[in-house]
Formats: sequence, structure tokens, C-alpha cells
Amino acid sequence: MFLLALVLFVIFAVTLDRFLTAGNLVALVRSVAILGILGLGMGLVVIGRGIDLAMVATMVVSVSWSLALADTGLPLGTALLIGLVFAIVVGLASGILIAYATIPAIFTTLAMGLIVYGSGRAWLFQVDVQNTPASSEFFDFLARATIFGVPMMIVAFAALALLVWALLKWTRFGRFVYATGDNPSAARVAGIPTRLLVVAQYVITAIIAYLAGLIMAAANSGMSTRVYNSTMIYDVLLVVVLGGIGLSGGRGGVRNVLVGTLLVGILLNGMTIFDIAYTQQNLIKSVILLIAIIIDSIVNPRDEQTAQQEQGDI
Amino acid sequence: MKWMKLLPAALAVACLATVAHAEEKGLDNHVKRDPYYEGLKGKKVVFVPLAMGFDLTEGWAAIMRKQAADLGYSFEIRDPNWSTDAGTRAITSIIAEKPDLAIIHNPDLQSYARLEQRMVQAGIKVLQVNLEATVPTDYYVGADWVKVGLIEAEALVKKCGTGSGTSGKVAILEGQPTAASNLYELYAYYHVFGQDPAIKIVADQAATYDPAKARAITETVLQQHPDLCGIVGNWDNQDVGAGAAVAAAGKSDQVYIVTSGGGSKTGCDNIEKGLLDLIVSYDVPLQGDALNQAIVQLLLSPAKAGEIKSTYFTPLTLQTKDTISPRSCWTLDQLK
Repeated sequence: MFLLALVLFVIFAVTLDRFLTAGNLVALVRSVAILGILGLGMGLVVIGRGIDLAMVATMVVSVSWSLALADTGLPLGTALLIGLVFAIVVGLASGILIAYATIPAIFTTLAMGLIVYGSGRAWLFQVDVQNTPASSEFFDFLARATIFGVPMMIVAFAALALLVWALLKWTRFGRFVYATGDNPSAARVAGIPTRLLVVAQYVITAIIAYLAGLIMAAANSGMSTRVYNSTMIYDVLLVVVLGGIGLSGGRGGVRNVLVGTLLVGILLNGMTIFDIAYTQQNLIKSVILLIAIIIDSIVNPRDEQTAQQEQGDI
Repeated sequence: MKWMKLLPAALAVACLATVAHAEEKGLDNHVKRDPYYEGLKGKKVVFVPLAMGFDLTEGWAAIMRKQAADLGYSFEIRDPNWSTDAGTRAITSIIAEKPDLAIIHNPDLQSYARLEQRMVQAGIKVLQVNLEATVPTDYYVGADWVKVGLIEAEALVKKCGTGSGTSGKVAILEGQPTAASNLYELYAYYHVFGQDPAIKIVADQAATYDPAKARAITETVLQQHPDLCGIVGNWDNQDVGAGAAVAAAGKSDQVYIVTSGGGSKTGCDNIEKGLLDLIVSYDVPLQGDALNQAIVQLLLSPAKAGEIKSTYFTPLTLQTKDTISPRSCWTLDQLK
């Protein structure tokens, strides 16, 4: 996949005049930063042999609620804290249902997404686009500030990537996640508290979703809950799968999420520069994604033995 | 304040008591009043919006609901929440239910066209609101999208066209590519831009009502064309993302952003924040009144469904930093 991303990158760099300018590259990464951040969370649960289809709902509703509360006059800090707590509660609920009630993750989180979005629309806010407060230093900072010319969105993406990387690579938690993802029964027999581990994964993912939402709200000067109805959650999954994190768990890492994110970013950016029409863009995107998956399955053939084992939930 | 409301009643009772044998004076106008109120009572009206929860549909629904409660006909909303599929199912079940009138907000020109014909054949009158289907039905109340597009494009030509001393580069941000608003506006854009040789269309991309997409597209376009002069878009709720990208690039003074919308306070706020420069407003409160008028007319008219086809293009107003005032921007609470 890394190769494919590289090939596309070189093609665009050669054929397009201003593709290789610092400005465009920054715009490229920025346009997929949210997708990448969500991909980090999704990557984490997928490595642990789970999946979180409620991520986009959690992101949209927790941040929208915060903004709606701030709009009613609550101090922004308090409102944001309430949103964060909401996200954590959603993650806890998903995690507990999956770990202790052993309901398959795909169904639990699918339902959880609907519940979260539905209750948000019914009780937490009236209008489906919530604007950020007019003069909020916090959101202005996230939207405008730069560090060495790199916008905060990308800095945040990089920082989170580093954090998740460190979490997976250097902590016991990380090694346990790989162990459970690779073989849940063996991990349990080995004395790893797998249930608690699963709950923790979904909580972390929910927090990442909330952070992605904050950055999204800052970038667009508001949060549109319509995002939930888009194909975003599948795009997030695509980033993860394209990057090379196997859906059967236990393999991959942050590097894969980054590659997947960049591949999607390069593709979208190049097509916008070429000014290709919407329907053709979708066609090209799907064809390239299909090719990517075919190449992936040739390069990394499915391991018969692990594939036949208790398949996880997907 | 309850006693204030009770006051006239109390006075009336007092008057009746003192002038117990007062003769009736004036006329009760039953010739007009009876058929009007009797004709509307108990009728059934169903509304299928694109989705509830955003300024346009919430605004219309608030106004329509108020009149329905006042005049005693039922008003129900079947919310498909942006899913054309769910909308199709809703309309199919409406055909079986046979209400007197269905109000349809079309996601695109084609999807519901067939179903609307079937509704008319089943004797249900169909009122299309703001986004039309290819097939005309009993009534269309909404913006004339070609005109909206012409006004938008002409405003942009004034800023970026011949003699403006700018690069003349403009970008088009489409909404949903197949929606009525999009196709009619697009015709107007190309028609107007084609007449001025100074105007160069450097991008024409669909943002599908998504501000995040509008932002990403605008960022990329600005990288390719740092001297971009203007952006014309489909909907203020979407193009605020483009405004955010332009503001982030520090080019708010250079890039003129024209769009259209329902004239709500959120739109005005975005003009005030400098994210949008001009909104061609189709004025949701006014459209709500026009809808109410059309509903009454259709419910009372003895004409059969599909017999008479009328159109009312609602008036447009221009909202810029100079023209907006608290009075010209509505909030949902005002309409309820």
C-alpha cells in the first residue's frame, strides 16, 4: 500500500504543476487529518479484534451537544467537559456490552451509533448544524494557529499518532491488545484481563472520536451532524484496511493508519486539482480502492490457520 | 398573563349580563366563513422533507404546524433523515393512506417523480416545496433556482469580471449534483460566466451539502490558484466550510463568496463573521406563509388532484454585511 501511495504521489507530482508545493501538501494532509485521527482509534480496536461503527456518531453527538450547551450560555470549558464525559460513557457502554455481555462488536457498535445519534437528535440539540461560539479563543487557536508553519490540525494528528504509537508499542496495554487480537482465548488463558482490556479500548476510541470532533468543529467553524449520514465511517474503515491492518486482528500499527490516510489524501487532492466531476471521482476512488485490496491480498495472503480460528466478529 | 387573556371573555360575559336582551348587530359572514372552516376541518396533510433538524425544514414545519392547529386539519411529518430510500418508503405508505394533501421536498429531480404521479393518480394532491421534481404536480412553492443562480453569478461577475482588476478566477461549489437547485443554478452560472471573457472557472466540484468537503475543496483550489477571486456555492450551510478555508488562508478580503440560503440567523452570523459575503435568501418565513396559503387553496379547491398546476416562486432578498439586521434574520423560536 505504501508503494501504491508512493506511485500515485510521484504521478501527481510530475503531472501537476503545483502539487508538490509545501502549501498543497499541508492542505492535502489537513483534508484527511480528521479521517486519520478517527483511523487511529479504529485501528486500535481493529488490532484488538473489534470494530467501532459508533465512532462517527460519538464524534458528532458529543461535540454537537457541547456546542449546543455553550450556545445556551454555559461556559465553554464546562460544555466541552460534558461532551467528553458523554463520549466516555458511550465508549464504556459499548465496551461493557461487548466484553461482558459478549455481544459481537459489529452489532453492538452499529446499534450504539444509532442510539447515540437518535438520542442526540431527539433530546440534546434541535438543529443539525451547531456553530462554534463566535469569539472562542480555543476554537480559533485550533483552526488558525500554526507551529513552524504546520497548522494545529496536523500537529494534533501527529501528536495523537505518536501517542497511540507509544501506547501500542511501549506499554503493557499495547502488547496485551496485540495478544488478544491475535488469539483471544490464548490471551485469556495466559492471564490477560481481556474483558477490561476491551472496555478500555472502546473508551479510548470514543475519546479519540471526541477529539477528532473538536478539531473538525474548529476547522469548519461548526459541527454538522449530517456527517453521520455520510459514508465517513466506511472511509475510516477503509483507511484502516487499506493501510494494511487486518480485520482479523492482532496485526498492523499506527504506521499503517498513516499510510492509508495519506493514500486517500493524495487521491482526493489530485482529483480535486484535476477538477474531475463528482460521479467520476467516486468511480475512480472505488476502482483504486479495489485495486489496492487486490494487491493487498496477493502481497499478504490470508493465513489459513488464523483465518479458520474463531474469526473475531467480522 | 393568564388574566389578560381572560379579560375580554369576562368583559363579554359582563356585557351580556347587563344587556341581556341586546339584539344581534353586524353580519356573521357565514357565506364565506362556514365553507372555509368546515372545508378545512378534519383534512389530512402529510409533509415529507429531506430531513428535519435544519433551518429550512424546521422553519417551514413550524409555520405549517401552527396554521394546521389553528384551522383544525392534521399535519404530520414523515422524516426520512436524508435517505431517499426511506423517503420512497414513506411516500409509498402515504399512497396507501390517502391523505388529502402531501407536501414533498425532493432530494433530486428524479427519485420521487414517478411516485408523485402515482400519488396524483390516487387522488392525493401534491405540493412540492423549494426543491422540485421533473414532473409538475398541483403546486410548487419555492425559489426559482435559475434566478437565484443568475443573481449569484451576476454578483460574482461584478466583483471578478471585466474591469474589476482581479484574476477573474472563480470556483463553483455544487451541492447534491442531481438536485433541482444544483442543476438549475449550474445552468445560470455557466450562462452568465460564459458571457464575460474575463471570468475563468478554475474548479467545479460537488460538496454534497457538507461543509467539511467544501472546506477541503476550497483549500486545494486556493493552493492551485492563490489569486482566486470568488466562489459561488449552492447553500450557505455548506459554503460556510469554504468561508472557513478562505479565512484560514487569510484571503477573506480577496475571495468573494456568494451563496444562497433560507435567511436564518446562522447565515447572518456567518456573514457577520466574514465567512460568507452574499447570501441570496429565499426567506423561509415568507415561504412558510406561501405554503400555508397554497395548502388552504388546495384543500378547499374542488379541482381534482393533478387538474390544475400552479407555481409560486417566492421572492428573493440579498443579504450582505450592509443589509442584514436582527429583523431580517429569523430564528426558529420566532416562528414557533
